[in-house]
Amino acid sequence: MNAPLKPSPLLQVQGVTLQYRTEKHLVTATYRVSFDVYGADRFVLLGPSGCGKSTLLKAIGGYMAPTEGSMRLKGEPIRSPGADRIFVFQEFDQLLPWKTVKQNVVFALESSGKMRGRQADDQAMRYIEKVNLTKFANSYPHTLSGGMKQRVAIARGLAMEPDVLLMDEPFAALDALTRRKMQEELLQLWEDTHFTVLFVTHSIPEAVMIGNRILLLSPHPGQVKGELNSDGSDPTDPASGKTLSERIHATLFADRVEEEVAPHG
Amino acid sequence: MSDVVASADFGVVQRPLTFWQRLMAQSWLRKTVILLVIVVAWESYARHLNNPLLVLTFSATLVSFKDGMVSGDLLQKVINSVVLLLKGYGLGLALAMIFTAVAMLSRIGNDLLETLTSAFNPLPAIALLPLALIWFGLGDISIIFVVVHSVLWAVALNTHSGFRSVSNTLRMVGRNYGLTGPRFIAKILIPAAFPSIVTGLKIGWAFAWRTLIAAELVFGVSSGKGGLGWYIYESKSMLDIPAVFAGLFAVILIGLIVESLIFRNIEAITVRRWGMQN
Repeated sequence: MNAPLKPSPLLQVQGVTLQYRTEKHLVTATYRVSFDVYGADRFVLLGPSGCGKSTLLKAIGGYMAPTEGSMRLKGEPIRSPGADRIFVFQEFDQLLPWKTVKQNVVFALESSGKMRGRQADDQAMRYIEKVNLTKFANSYPHTLSGGMKQRVAIARGLAMEPDVLLMDEPFAALDALTRRKMQEELLQLWEDTHFTVLFVTHSIPEAVMIGNRILLLSPHPGQVKGELNSDGSDPTDPASGKTLSERIHATLFADRVEEEVAPHG
Repeated sequence: MSDVVASADFGVVQRPLTFWQRLMAQSWLRKTVILLVIVVAWESYARHLNNPLLVLTFSATLVSFKDGMVSGDLLQKVINSVVLLLKGYGLGLALAMIFTAVAMLSRIGNDLLETLTSAFNPLPAIALLPLALIWFGLGDISIIFVVVHSVLWAVALNTHSGFRSVSNTLRMVGRNYGLTGPRFIAKILIPAAFPSIVTGLKIGWAFAWRTLIAAELVFGVSSGKGGLGWYIYESKSMLDIPAVFAGLFAVILIGLIVESLIFRNIEAITVRRWGMQN
């Protein structure tokens, strides 16, 4: 699948440089990164640790301002966190432990002022059903497994029907079997509603499987190394005889002797 | 499939615990046993000593306590103390809430709270009583003032440190769904910091109770009524030792009741139900 040729992108990131302060240093996380995300894209930011991909996602979420460049959602500059960009984090504690599964979703809908009362309840149950957790709607998060918690977080994000879902290595803390299952479920959900998702990962197989477009970032600071399309099948390139994963690997680690990132999945 | 052991071959898959095992899993029961052991030790030592002016037996204490409650003398003192305590505790909690909210909303507020708690938390509330007497005179207000002082800093300190330990992820989730300012505090920080807040409430309560009794001991009669502390002091002056023991017994009893009925239940329906405390 090629990127759809729409006149204007949903999310436009242009020449974004991100810097943050630690106790002793000013760190440049990304340097002049640009990309466009279109509606219904499964856009993957892929790179090794230290390429600033999570920082980039935070900036798009509105949690930090770029020192240079611009980020626009539907043409409007991104200034602060908002319910049009919903985060799904890696950490399991993103669910409010004092609320049940259903209350967690309703909380999101009501706090953001999107829906109230019955309408919010119905919307919550509809999306909880989509992630097959109807039976657990009234359970508290601490009684759920890690994979189920992430499904609740995804249901909560999707129920908000945001312009773009921002997923920050959502399956990285899961065991390999569960991770695989969650990846498949995410794709099924996408088949269902065609939401736009920006997905951060450091796993090449995950990127190839999840994304229809993959942005490769180099580390320290993050810079764009290339952009690839993927149909999820990891095809072999007839010219070079290499699979997509192998080409990604070669691009990311071209200037390195050692291979420090083992493939996941 | 062939390697799977038939379920009948397992020793135990799941079986109910024995009556004794279930009984011993009840913490209230274990604690009651501890209390009973203490009571027996007390009773036998007091009988052995046989000097009711020094150590009264437990049974005699109970009788004296019952007499005091029935005659209404001790009961009235208990009510006076508890009313005063609730006023001071409530006011202290309200102030602590305001202080911590201000501390969470601005950096200068944060600095203010940290400075004030480190200055005042180590200061024994009772040490302020002489000053309070000069400022507010001989009355309830002086006692409430020192009780408020004893509650405020302990609760504010715990709540504040609870707020600060709320995970960054949870904060980002709150802001993601549009929560800012007071709504953010009410809907994210307070529930997320609830384990620390409950601890603060418990510590604050204990501080308030002991400060109140001490204040009443030092300066008992407020507007002619007097509370438990005064009852103990007065009884001692008249060498009414059974009444002294009955008064102390009432202090401990109220402490136990508040802890086991009120705080335990608050924890059961909140932090333990949410899996935030075991």
